[in-house]
Amino acid sequence: MIEIGLGHYLTLGAVIFSIGVIGIFLNRKNIIVILMSIELILLAVNINLVSFSIYLGDLSGQVFTLFILTVAAAEAAIGLAIIVVYFRNSGTIRVEEIDKLKG
Amino acid sequence: MIAHAIFFYIFSIIAVISAIMVTVSKNTVHSVFFLILDFISISCLFIMIGAEFLGMIMLIVYVGAVAVLFLFVVMMLNVAQQKNQWFISKESSGHIPVGLIISVIIFFELIIVIGGWKYKPELFNPSNLLITNDVSNTHSLGQILYTDYIHVFQISGMVLLVAMIGAIVLTFRQREGVKKQSYLKQISRERTEGVEVLEVASNKGVKIDD
Repeated sequence: MIEIGLGHYLTLGAVIFSIGVIGIFLNRKNIIVILMSIELILLAVNINLVSFSIYLGDLSGQVFTLFILTVAAAEAAIGLAIIVVYFRNSGTIRVEEIDKLKG
Repeated sequence: MIAHAIFFYIFSIIAVISAIMVTVSKNTVHSVFFLILDFISISCLFIMIGAEFLGMIMLIVYVGAVAVLFLFVVMMLNVAQQKNQWFISKESSGHIPVGLIISVIIFFELIIVIGGWKYKPELFNPSNLLITNDVSNTHSLGQILYTDYIHVFQISGMVLLVAMIGAIVLTFRQREGVKKQSYLKQISRERTEGVEVLEVASNKGVKIDD
């Protein structure tokens, strides 16, 4: 309990990952919160990579975390641009009302 | 060691609570604020275990850019006042047990994987990029980022470029009824379409048809 090891960090990553998945499934409000849940999931992956990298003494995990940061920033920019265009066209971004594809 | 444990528990509890608040908060602006709090506490954890560069980059990229981008979009689209209606609408509340079950299953799978790794640590096969204490974290990261991973680094720059161009192309629109200066049109005007020389008869005047 007192000795903080790799398992603690991995458990924190697992908890945040699961919260992100819950946020994606349960969200009925708007798509922006779903994008935020995706950011949470990427954050959990970053926690895993960094803690493995530190505790196993291998620097490549931190390099991959840097690339995940890049991809997350690109994904947020593109996703928000798509949301803005959708809102301009249809006037809503509520998850329930986005049913043009009849999914 | 005890300080490490105390700070780990403080930061991780803040991170987990704010992650929960991101998903359940009624107001979208509050969700963005809790997302910022989450990123800050996780970057504190990174700095605490010795990945200073990534902690600072996380602050700059996420809190400085991504969260502000979210805030801009939330305020621009005026969706902050849409109330949360999880349990009110009938057809959507059917998703809730399925989502909870899937998330709990994912969580326990991850926990099982972590436990299995703890019991079999010889599976790890270290590469030659070992962390040394001679130089700082930023220094060693830069040393391998610009040598071993230079191609991936360049490709990530291309990913950012494509994302930027994509976002601009997606949100760009030509508005109707807006007068704009067009240099090409101005430069390529001919004399014949601007000026006309007429023979004016005396006491008659000229009728200009427009």
